Amino acid sequence: MPSLVSHPDEVKIISHRFGQGAAEIDRYIELDGYKATRAAVEKGPEWIINEMKASGLRGRGGAGFPTGLKWSFVPKQSDRPKYVLVNGDESEPGTCKDHVIFLHDPHAVIEGTIIAGLAIGSKMGFIYLRGEYRYLLKIMEKAVADAYAKGFLGKNIFGSGIDFDVITQTGAGAYEVGEESALMESLEGKRGVPRIKPPFPAVVGLYGGPTVINNAETIASVPHILLMGGEAYAKVGSERNGGTRLFGISGHVERPGVYELPMGYSLRKAIYEVGGGIRGGKKLKAVVPGGSSTPVLTADEIDVGLDFDQMGKAGTMLGSGGIVVLDESVCMVEFALRTIQFYQHESCGWCIPCREGTDWLKKSIGRLHAGGAVDKDIDNIRYLAENMLGRTFCPLGDAAAMPTIGFVKKFRKEFEDHLNGRGCPYKHAREREEALV
Amino acid sequence: MATEKKTIFSPELAAHFDKLVTLYPVRRSALVPMLLYAQDEVGYISPAVIAEVAERIGIRENDVASVLSYYSMLRTKPAGKYNIQVCTNISCMLRDGYGILEHCSRRLGIGHKEVTPDGVFSLEEVECIGACCWAPAIQVNYDFFDDLTPGKMDRIIDDYRAGRGKETV
Amino acid sequence: MADVTFTVDGKKLTAPAGTLLIDACKAAGIEIPAFCYYPGLSLQAACRMCLVRLEKVPKLQTACTTPVAEGMAVSTETDEIKQARKSMVELLLGNHPLDCPVCDKGGECELQDMTYKYGAGESKYVEIKQHREEQQWSPVVYFDRPRCILCYRCVRVCGEGMDVWALGVENRAVGSVIAPNGGDHLNCEECGMCIDICPVGALTSGTYRYKTRPWEMNHVATICTHCGDGCKTTLGVRIVTDGSEIIRGNNRDKSGINGDFLCIKGRYAFDFTTHAERITKPLMRQADGKLAPVSWEQALDFAGRRLKEVRDSRGGKAIGVIGSNRTTNEESYLLQKFARGVLGTNNIDHHRTADYAAFAAALKGHAGREASLRDFASAPAILLIGNDPTEQHPALAWQVRTNVRLNRSRLYVANHADIKLRRQAKAAVTVPQTGYAAFVQYLSGREGSFDGNDATAGFCDAIRNESSLLIVFGSELRGRDIQSLVQFGLSLPDTKFACLGDYSNSRGAADMGLLPDLLPGYVPVSAAAQFNEEYCASLPTQPGLDLVEMFDAAGRGDLAALYVVGSNPVARYGIDPSSLRNTFLIAQDMFLTETAALADVVFPAANLYEKAGTVTNTYGDLQLVKKAADKAGVRTDFELIVRLADKMGANPKTLVPFGKGVRADFGQTRGAQSGEADRHAVWLAANHLEPKLSPFDPFAIFDEIQRLVSAYNVPRLNLLTGNDEHIKSELVQIEPGSARRDLVFPSNDDLYTSGTLGKYSAKLRETVESGTTVMKPAESETAAD
Repeated sequence: MPSLVSHPDEVKIISHRFGQGAAEIDRYIELDGYKATRAAVEKGPEWIINEMKASGLRGRGGAGFPTGLKWSFVPKQSDRPKYVLVNGDESEPGTCKDHVIFLHDPHAVIEGTIIAGLAIGSKMGFIYLRGEYRYLLKIMEKAVADAYAKGFLGKNIFGSGIDFDVITQTGAGAYEVGEESALMESLEGKRGVPRIKPPFPAVVGLYGGPTVINNAETIASVPHILLMGGEAYAKVGSERNGGTRLFGISGHVERPGVYELPMGYSLRKAIYEVGGGIRGGKKLKAVVPGGSSTPVLTADEIDVGLDFDQMGKAGTMLGSGGIVVLDESVCMVEFALRTIQFYQHESCGWCIPCREGTDWLKKSIGRLHAGGAVDKDIDNIRYLAENMLGRTFCPLGDAAAMPTIGFVKKFRKEFEDHLNGRGCPYKHAREREEALV
Repeated sequence: MATEKKTIFSPELAAHFDKLVTLYPVRRSALVPMLLYAQDEVGYISPAVIAEVAERIGIRENDVASVLSYYSMLRTKPAGKYNIQVCTNISCMLRDGYGILEHCSRRLGIGHKEVTPDGVFSLEEVECIGACCWAPAIQVNYDFFDDLTPGKMDRIIDDYRAGRGKETV
Repeated sequence: MADVTFTVDGKKLTAPAGTLLIDACKAAGIEIPAFCYYPGLSLQAACRMCLVRLEKVPKLQTACTTPVAEGMAVSTETDEIKQARKSMVELLLGNHPLDCPVCDKGGECELQDMTYKYGAGESKYVEIKQHREEQQWSPVVYFDRPRCILCYRCVRVCGEGMDVWALGVENRAVGSVIAPNGGDHLNCEECGMCIDICPVGALTSGTYRYKTRPWEMNHVATICTHCGDGCKTTLGVRIVTDGSEIIRGNNRDKSGINGDFLCIKGRYAFDFTTHAERITKPLMRQADGKLAPVSWEQALDFAGRRLKEVRDSRGGKAIGVIGSNRTTNEESYLLQKFARGVLGTNNIDHHRTADYAAFAAALKGHAGREASLRDFASAPAILLIGNDPTEQHPALAWQVRTNVRLNRSRLYVANHADIKLRRQAKAAVTVPQTGYAAFVQYLSGREGSFDGNDATAGFCDAIRNESSLLIVFGSELRGRDIQSLVQFGLSLPDTKFACLGDYSNSRGAADMGLLPDLLPGYVPVSAAAQFNEEYCASLPTQPGLDLVEMFDAAGRGDLAALYVVGSNPVARYGIDPSSLRNTFLIAQDMFLTETAALADVVFPAANLYEKAGTVTNTYGDLQLVKKAADKAGVRTDFELIVRLADKMGANPKTLVPFGKGVRADFGQTRGAQSGEADRHAVWLAANHLEPKLSPFDPFAIFDEIQRLVSAYNVPRLNLLTGNDEHIKSELVQIEPGSARRDLVFPSNDDLYTSGTLGKYSAKLRETVESGTTVMKPAESETAAD
């Protein structure tokens, strides 16, 4: 069971029920549970969307699209049923925030789903968890059953005359299904290959109906926003970046964990204060700030606020909030290799640049790491990644190309140190390779 | 499909599947979960599983094969009773995920996607399992174990071998 | 939709709103490369070759998924775009083997072309390529995985196009692979569409692989000889020691009425032409009762003399003639002209597979009501009564499926069987196998024996409410039933019809008068006088014996001679061989069929792939047949008829009036005095056309057909350039409803049989025996969804 951590700088909004037994519905109700939904039922869609817009909440999956705006795109009239889809296919390396939400506060996800449904006029919601999260599915299933038993789900919820059903399920192991349209494909029982856009899900989504799809953290934030008011929520964060988010700090820090910090919080402080600094007193070498797809920052680049805009300015992305901290002992080539190995494994294979590009990069970086490369191979790696960038069918290709370009650009010296038969200069890596041979 | 019909699954699972296909707006939506549950019971996706799932959903068998081969958790060969999945992705790698993998490999005498001769354990190097902040982490079937050391890993293996391990299904 | 104006590379273009940018550019002559995009199939955006720059859009966009919009500004050939395409090709070539020198596709490979145009001269890729062994999926389909670029065309054409769904994608990432439904083999219709549509050499043909290179063949676009759909097929031929041999059938030229489509027979079943049992020498029955090879002169002499003797001693009534469903219009026409004008008999018939005469009679006075095969691709509604097009008219089934898929056409099916096209049907009713006539009455709103219910009533109401309808029916309907159905159809606002018969020129055989009571154009023999002048003969005016009566007469000793051209009535009709013991039998065929085996003289004949002329498919689409193959020792039926007439003392110039009439001269006669004739002959021969100034010129007969059969008087230029011309004018001159004996005997060939030709196609037999043709239907999915 993942341990809970805490730090005084945290602003506990989403996480305020964590560790308090809120997975039990009665305890959840004691902790102001389902109040937000009740209010939403009473005040109606317009109020919900206005509050959401006021909150400045931006999608927590990584793209950072304003949630209220997204909901407002769903057509009011539709021949086909509308759906709410909760993306809990959390798979970006470095990211485990949804894990703790499902574990500690499943009803917040259900509430958010109902509220999103009320906002767009949907009668059915789906909560899709990654396949590995079976034990969390059990928790979600129980929470959903309890909510049905209380009349919060099903026919005539809260006596409103409105029906709303929730289906929970898991995937079966595929990072790509975290892409919204791939997730819909998967939910329709198909291969998780993304769809051509437009049409966007808000117009033609699941089963061809207008669909709102949000990250689990985004959805879990919704009831809290309605309870505290959109404006109050917005004030917690930085400019155009409302509220808080769950940051997962992992890697070489003293106190790794999932922390709820206000948007715009300093990355340096997140590492050195919240995370407790570099493990064993070592020196910081690099930070992958928002999940493995975000371009790396060097130790000199960490004086930046953790929000979508500031991170963008710093040449990287806030991403999924998974901060991976690397100390001086890490071989950046090996790290780049492990990163591209993941994307090579997870590419859906649909389009040429991603399918072939990730494989090519993995082979080339692997060869380079083992010492079998010459100078122009470094340029080739960068050439390849740059030619994938922006040209793939979906963002997975970018997710593979962006960090690769970052590693080569910012740590070219380390790549060069591997060339011409020299191989990896980092002892532990060399040992491991010998062991594997 | 009515439960009294011939099925390769247990009555409970067959009944669950009967219900599952009716939950969604289209039957096919039940495919991915159905395959996972079938694998949990049968151990892997056998040709017989493909055939019955295809019939239950009302699609072709090659459609099922196409879908199942997409998802990395679905396998067409049996694994051990306890499938140890060691994450070596970045967060785990930084905290010695590879060391855990090697330790398991040495301890069990098997490599990636291999099964111990007694069929009790299998080992798999997997991509990120969503336990980055508690790295290094593994899953034994569906159960997570985190903040591991080789010593902790040994105790987990011992527990499972002795039949004391967690078993979330 | 309304037109929009947009700019591509600075050029102002206009196209209907909603048109895909890639298509709009193509129409304007701007090529945007693509592997995965294929017109009519679902969009993929997978190959990323068609990336273009749209003004004000941050990323490059795929032209194959971008609809044109008003004011859109597009660049398609900037350095940025060239680099993007170059990198796509580089990425593909990373794993693609460079085995072009031995690859079947080399020379007509889209990846080769793209590499040539956009590719890099030097590969940056130094990693080890993924190699996989080639797999055989069926006798006709091979898969070379490393060559596959995953454009998914094959998957889509098999599923969306053919509604077979035998191909899928398995695994993911770089392990993604096209997989057949049988695990390691295919269970499908074996149409080979996947091979045709493959842009690279990943899918190769079992009949063609490793035999030659595309540029070493001659490519002859002609018409398939098998079913009545008359698909255009491109035959790849090369010179061999005894002529020229067909080594590939495909749809290289997609301009035909079949569009992209060819079935297994059109694509692979040309191998009967080189079957070892092919007769290549004339045979004559010897004193010992056995057939033995003789010289052409001997055989023709003997046959001509005997025919003349019979005619002169016993009159034309003692001679019978049976024609073919697979000879050209000119040959069928010539055969009946020979029978009536030279032999003096109306005892002429052929194996009838549909009641075209009744159909023509029913449409009397209603010109332009026959549907072309092309019409099925666009008709808003189609009613199919009887038949199983998937098996018997695969191109029709393709058109219908395409129409339902792309245009949401409404298909109504009335059939006794659970035919596959029901999957595309908006509504279907099951008719008892013997109840088609009653159903037509019921549909027409008349009381009758059809047992209707709410569903069938709704079905009929829906049809009656269609404002534009195609009615297509199989041989289940004949005679007066066709009359009733056509009458019903004509009561609706806008209806066209099609009558389905079995073979490549069954329709032509009927149109050309291979019937005992009807002359070409369905002119009753009683009105034969109008032909006398052209024929320079006095034609018999009493109806002759039909096919069955001829054998009855033979059995009675009343048929002294029988001339059978390209037909096997003995096997087809189960004729007792002893009934022919007193009949002098001449057979013209490729093989020693059951009929030919009984003959006194056997002439080795050429098939449709070895001759020129025209054929008419079952929908009345007239098409040009070009000579593709050649086989030493055989003669065309056309030549044989002329030679036989010559031996009988008839004037060949009368029989084949070459050089006569306005249309006879296509610039071919003008050279007669200047020595150009020879040059012309060389040119004609090189283009697989017959020299014009000979009694063996089918076009001389075609001229006459055009003079005498008004429906065939179509504009000729289009036809001669290899396109189809639909017969639009009123064909018939007989009165509708006249009582004619029903002799329709459908052959019920399926996708893998084709009468005699199917029997002698080793590839068809091998495919059926391999067991890869079995299909398992899944009911929940249709091409429509």
